[in-house]
Amino acid sequence: MQQAVLKENAVQATQGDAPDAIVSGPAGPDVSRVSATRYAPKVAPFLSPAGWTALAIFALITLVIVPGLFVFVPEDSPFHVSAYTVTLAGKIMCYCIVAVAMNLIWGYAGILSLGHGVFFALGGYAFGMYLMRQIGRDGQYQSNLPDFMVFLDWKEYPWQWALTDHFLWAMLLVVLVPGVLAFVFGFFAFRSRIKGVYFSIITQAMTFAFMLLFFRNETGFGGNNGFTDFKRILGFPITEPPMRATLFALSAAALIGAALLSRYLIRSKTGRILTAIRDSESRLMFSGYNPLGYKLFVWTLSAVICGIAGALYVPQVGIINPSEMSPANSIEIAVWVAVGGRGTIIGPILGASAVNGAKSFFTQSFPEYWLFFLGALFILVTLFMPKGIVGLAAQVRKMLRKGEASEQPG
Amino acid sequence: MNSPVDESFNPSGSPTGLGHVVGDSVDVSHGPILYLDDITVSFDGFKALNRLTITVDVGELRCVIGPNGAGKTTMMDVITGKTRPDEGTAFFGQTIDLTRLTEPQIAHAGIGRKFQKPTVFENHSVFENLELAMKSDKRVFASLRARRRADEIDKIVDTMETIDLLPQADLAAGLLSHGQKQWLEIGMLLMQEPQLLLLDEPVAGMTDEETAKTAQLFKSLAGDHSIVVVEHDMDFISEIAATVTVLHEGSVLAEGPMDVVQSDERVIEVYLGR
Repeated sequence: MQQAVLKENAVQATQGDAPDAIVSGPAGPDVSRVSATRYAPKVAPFLSPAGWTALAIFALITLVIVPGLFVFVPEDSPFHVSAYTVTLAGKIMCYCIVAVAMNLIWGYAGILSLGHGVFFALGGYAFGMYLMRQIGRDGQYQSNLPDFMVFLDWKEYPWQWALTDHFLWAMLLVVLVPGVLAFVFGFFAFRSRIKGVYFSIITQAMTFAFMLLFFRNETGFGGNNGFTDFKRILGFPITEPPMRATLFALSAAALIGAALLSRYLIRSKTGRILTAIRDSESRLMFSGYNPLGYKLFVWTLSAVICGIAGALYVPQVGIINPSEMSPANSIEIAVWVAVGGRGTIIGPILGASAVNGAKSFFTQSFPEYWLFFLGALFILVTLFMPKGIVGLAAQVRKMLRKGEASEQPG
Repeated sequence: MNSPVDESFNPSGSPTGLGHVVGDSVDVSHGPILYLDDITVSFDGFKALNRLTITVDVGELRCVIGPNGAGKTTMMDVITGKTRPDEGTAFFGQTIDLTRLTEPQIAHAGIGRKFQKPTVFENHSVFENLELAMKSDKRVFASLRARRRADEIDKIVDTMETIDLLPQADLAAGLLSHGQKQWLEIGMLLMQEPQLLLLDEPVAGMTDEETAKTAQLFKSLAGDHSIVVVEHDMDFISEIAATVTVLHEGSVLAEGPMDVVQSDERVIEVYLGR
């Protein structure tokens, strides 16, 4: 009852302020002014001032300061950044890109993929073929063919290696291979209306199947050893500081790009439709939307971003092999996003950084405890931090407020 | 079949559902807007609908009543494409075969549906809920480019006034009361500009005052729209209905004006009670 009174007051108030608000003539230049007096939809800024500042600082550090200190400051200077640090940070930024991609499909559209590792690895393999070609005759056997092909006594490149000595074709493959696989897989899965845990399981099966396929020598991608021993990109030596710094900066730029793209997407009407799929898919269908197109779009986009991350990852770590497609790897991606906070832009980035930072600490100091730590982390976050690191501040504030309230005598 | 108009009913190029859609709007030149003829739906041998035949005229306000399990919700599922009938035909107007279209295609053709349990996008604001429901190009790339136009905002504000939710425009729909959610969902149907509205228990959980207001709203909508209401609230039905259809065990038991139906012996037996 009180509600109804409030409503009437509000309507009267707005009409009182602008008596012409109730006049609704034909659509003309006045329409927007008239409607704005009744109600103007809230539009969130693209980024808050704090967001822009954080972005600028991150860009300055990763694109200018770190590469500069790494390449131009002599090694004995205290300001020098070591190659180890640059490689580790570059690697973690690639994982962050994957987490951003995973968040698009899981955090917003509510579709949990446990097979995103396959897209990451395929992007890595696509660029790895180019890196193998760039070795030239500098391999162990001094052949035109990669060492593993010589070892298998192959005389020429198999068909899937066609044109991979061209940098641009390799770049195209990085995007196309994960994209086409995701599109075809997604089309059949989403058209059959496979949802929830069933979808997660078939994505696990998919990445497992690809791992087995890539383990075979006959597949033509180096079997269980994969690709390694890379020498150069576009003729520039791959282990020299300038190339390492370039790859580091490119990873940072790709991460910024992925984060801004997902922010753009989420603010658009498409973003609102994606979260509507997550919250009530049947309502959306009866409102005239076909979820198939939206799911397929965001799923394929997510896979392509993963492929790009994989291509940046491989030259920095210097190896790609089928273990990247193991089901556990894909599950780990989901853990990063859950730890950081689903459905936010910064959350997955924080989560991937925190978990991988902890991982490199543990695997150096107590390698045998890493998996226990990961398992415990996932359980604790799921139970006590449903919104991840990002939601922690609000959670703590709420707890403090509760504490204060209970201290006061009733 | 391959006319350009056909494309608009196939929003994301889905290969399923080659509907007999020939015009931009439903063809009602011969009167009825909805024909269900001899529809049978069985689940594991249980016949939820058993040779159901119903016709709804243009501008009519029809109430469907019946005991639980009579097939009311299944009938709505058949009309909106959620369930495919085993037998029988379902036509929207003269030309649109509902048994061949998908749910989004049927929504585009001009049928709006309100669920039994109020279903809105809980994390979106009231404004955004109505915006998503608004009649527009609902394909992926159109939505990527979509910008809010002043006339669209105006339309949404009009609807918010109709359903009394203007002060809650920026509130997340999940925070609304049950009755307000019911109204929001009705508002979302209005934004779709459908010719036929299917409303499953629209006044469940509403106060008497809200119910009276809803009855007013439906009466003002009838005429321009055809409305099918499933309801248990007999007072509400006698308030709004011209014609009542009683379903029982998947078939029509009785049909006619409220007072005639109410005095029908069989209806009293199975539904109203003595």
